[in-house]
Amino acid sequence: MECLIGLQGKDFILVASDTMSARSVVSMKQDQDKMFPLSDKLLMLVCGESGDTAQFAEYIAKNIQLYKMRNGYELSPHAAANFTRKQLADALRSQTPYNVNMLLAGHDKEDGPSLYYMDYLASLNKVPFGVHGYGGFFSLSVMDRYYQKDMNQDEAMKLLQQCIDELSRRFIVNLPTFNVRVVNKDGIKNLGILKAKPTSS
Amino acid sequence: MARRYDSRTTIFSPEGRLYQVEYAMEAIGHAGTCLGILANDGVLLAAERRNTNKLLDEVSFSEKIYKLYDDMACSVAGITADANVLTHDLRLIAQSFVMSYLYQEPIPCEQIVSSLCDIKQAYTQFGGKRPFGVSLLYMGWDRHYGFQLYQSDPSGNYGGWKATCIGNNSANAVSMLKQEYKEGETNLQEALALSIKVLSKTLDMTKLTPDKVELATLTRENGKTKIRVLGFPEVDKLITVYNEEQAKIEAEKKKEAEKKKASS
Repeated sequence: MECLIGLQGKDFILVASDTMSARSVVSMKQDQDKMFPLSDKLLMLVCGESGDTAQFAEYIAKNIQLYKMRNGYELSPHAAANFTRKQLADALRSQTPYNVNMLLAGHDKEDGPSLYYMDYLASLNKVPFGVHGYGGFFSLSVMDRYYQKDMNQDEAMKLLQQCIDELSRRFIVNLPTFNVRVVNKDGIKNLGILKAKPTSS
Repeated sequence: MARRYDSRTTIFSPEGRLYQVEYAMEAIGHAGTCLGILANDGVLLAAERRNTNKLLDEVSFSEKIYKLYDDMACSVAGITADANVLTHDLRLIAQSFVMSYLYQEPIPCEQIVSSLCDIKQAYTQFGGKRPFGVSLLYMGWDRHYGFQLYQSDPSGNYGGWKATCIGNNSANAVSMLKQEYKEGETNLQEALALSIKVLSKTLDMTKLTPDKVELATLTRENGKTKIRVLGFPEVDKLITVYNEEQAKIEAEKKKEAEKKKASS
């Protein structure tokens, strides 16, 4: 039911996550932040089993901070994504697997911006755009049609708005609000809350 | 009763020393010399080759310089058998960093050095074992700090250097390097010339021959690290150039001396 969206622009990654916290068929609250900053320029969006998400994201975040303290430099987004994958893959084959799906948005001085898509089976992929959850059925086709390489932030925001509008139009689950953030060379910036625009029809 | 504190590596002497570790360092003092120089556009390692029997079959491409992984190589001074164990460990550490799918990136230079030093240190503390009689020089490149040169000793100490030397007569070589090394303005070609100069003055032989020296360089080309062991003709050329220069200086000195004689 949850939805995480991410797309890569020219020199940034734009991400959005729905704000719903649900248990069974009940919506518990509507202002849940599903994004966890791992370091200055690395952001993890997590959805899945609600206890697992916080536990796993915090575990990864603290380990990435530990690496920074031990070595005096940070893990690159690529290394951080592979580290996360390894932890999730090991947990998957243990008695206590985590049921979490995530998007990893990062910016590196040399590699530029990068977006990684990973599901609870620890399959890692670097993607230009990615969506987790049922929302993908609706928004991925919009992305396929309108996504362009090297978009600027305004264009990316517009595409994101289109995706969310499509969700509100076609998806039976009510996801009214999305948290939006951007990751670029200056770090992680909060862009507030995005709502679906009322449809004309 | 010094022997009371000799037999075990893990026991301090009353003066607070670990004799076995000191003896290991002593062993390296008699080993073939190795030196490393950091330049702006690369790093080099040079090693003295001791086993130059003409009956020896040259199977291995180099005797004392080991490639660890794409971005790093090391040279060793000390007990060669011990060194083989350590280089095996180094290669294992490097590959498990990449191949365990933990990071999928080459290990940064200092991390591999400190990992190996953890192993070396353990042998000075846990009982029943002797420390490794090996000092190593590492040259490498990583995305964080660029070209780097490290040295580690049997105690498990390590440090980063601009130019350093281990093995026989290393103190003399280090003081020579201290005098001659120009910080921040040495390129690899100058560093090669310097390494020949230092080796020929510190090795206890009358004339340096190319079969006595092993030279390797580490550079970056098109975003990739290149480690190259210099061939016989190249080393020969470097030595010839050095000899010619020395001869020139000698000749000038002679002339000056004759002038002085004539005027007095």
